Amino acid sequence: MWRRVISELEIIGVSSLFIVGLMSLFMGGVIALNTAYQLTTPLLPDYTVGYITQQSTFLEFSPTVMSLILAGKVGSNIASEIGTMRVTEQIDALEIMGVNSLNYLVLPKIIAAMLFFPILIICSMALSLIGGWLALQVSGLINTEVYVMGIRSFFDPFHITYALIKAVCFAFLIVSVSSYYGYYVRGGSLDVGKASTQAIVTSSVVILMSNFILTKLLLF
Amino acid sequence: MIEVQNIDKSFADLQILHDISTVFEKGKVNLIIGQSGQGKSVLAKCMVGLHEVDTGHVIYDGKDFTSMNRNERSLIRQQIGMLFQGSALFDSMNVEENVGFPLTMFTNKSSAEIKKRVDFCLERVNLTGKNKLLPSECSGGMQKRIGIARAISMNPKYLFCDEPNSGLDPKTAILIDGLIQDITKEYNMTTVVITHDMNSVIEIGENVIFIYEGKKWWQGDKKSIITTENPEITDFVYASEFMKEIRQNIRNTRT
Repeated sequence: MWRRVISELEIIGVSSLFIVGLMSLFMGGVIALNTAYQLTTPLLPDYTVGYITQQSTFLEFSPTVMSLILAGKVGSNIASEIGTMRVTEQIDALEIMGVNSLNYLVLPKIIAAMLFFPILIICSMALSLIGGWLALQVSGLINTEVYVMGIRSFFDPFHITYALIKAVCFAFLIVSVSSYYGYYVRGGSLDVGKASTQAIVTSSVVILMSNFILTKLLLF
Repeated sequence: MIEVQNIDKSFADLQILHDISTVFEKGKVNLIIGQSGQGKSVLAKCMVGLHEVDTGHVIYDGKDFTSMNRNERSLIRQQIGMLFQGSALFDSMNVEENVGFPLTMFTNKSSAEIKKRVDFCLERVNLTGKNKLLPSECSGGMQKRIGIARAISMNPKYLFCDEPNSGLDPKTAILIDGLIQDITKEYNMTTVVITHDMNSVIEIGENVIFIYEGKKWWQGDKKSIITTENPEITDFVYASEFMKEIRQNIRNTRT
């Protein structure tokens, strides 16, 4: 069981680090630049750019947008892997051997995702803030001290907790929805493709709906 | 010995199996034959519990499999080896891991003991030294033999083979048939083979059950299937015009 969890940590988690890092860097940069572009009034201090970048990253971008991206990457991978095992009778082979196929295939994926998604989200937060800083430095809009002051202003540690709670919930949803579509696929390779697409669409919708519910429950 | 008693099975409104009762004998290769779509695979899947029967019983050496719960079934299934039509080898594992998988899951054997058993099983199917190959690197015939090695790794009492010769050339098919027959005798297993390959019937058919329209139409051995006058069976056995002509010539010669 734990050997499979470790293997899934590598497949689901470690292999997603690069894409999460890359997207976070660029998205952080875009958030910072867009915020700086909107701040035309002298009534708002310059450090607002850092503050808004931090808030956008911690509250929505890292936990929610990254989970949507991971729903595409991880969800399609899981649905197609399990779906292929179903149509090529590998799941039947497990059942015949007396192995509980759902436990064997799905549980390690759920545990691995719930353990590693928070790590991915923390990486995403850090890289997004770095991306914002890099973009502002390259464009020469705001200096480092002001940006860092903005990031530290009104910082609420609960926002980190809030993001990590969302990450764990979304990890569970992505893996269970995708596994469901893969496990119950019938037919051939065409149906595996359809199941994979359906898994991504449904995961994304479920993430957005549960994001609304979690935001209402945790922030208000 | 496996007994099947009065099995009915439907999917939605379509009844596939109608009141099938038979006995699959120990130490023999029992064949379920019939045309495609007649219910052979459904019967086999009902027997191993991949499909639930609507009515009837499947009895493994006196134990009613159909009335068992999941845990009890799991114990029986550990005594079942199954070779699937497409081999159903795990893509992500190499040959050694595939064959040793049931041992890893259900025994407390050390990795050295598992390796020894895997080597023995691979030797038994003439695949010595192929341990590190991935299933995608193996030919169809090799995949079938790896499937057999995996099926016998736990020393099963019952062996199910779903169309073991599909997609194989006649020579390799005969090799696989011979292997199934040898293993059955060697380990005194109850072997059930689902096939529509007449070569297999002639090679290894000690107890042959012919399924037609979801019913047990006929039961006998490989000799009697050749001589029977049952029209559905003769249509199946002598399917081509060429074979029908040969049969007619033999009959004419005899008369």
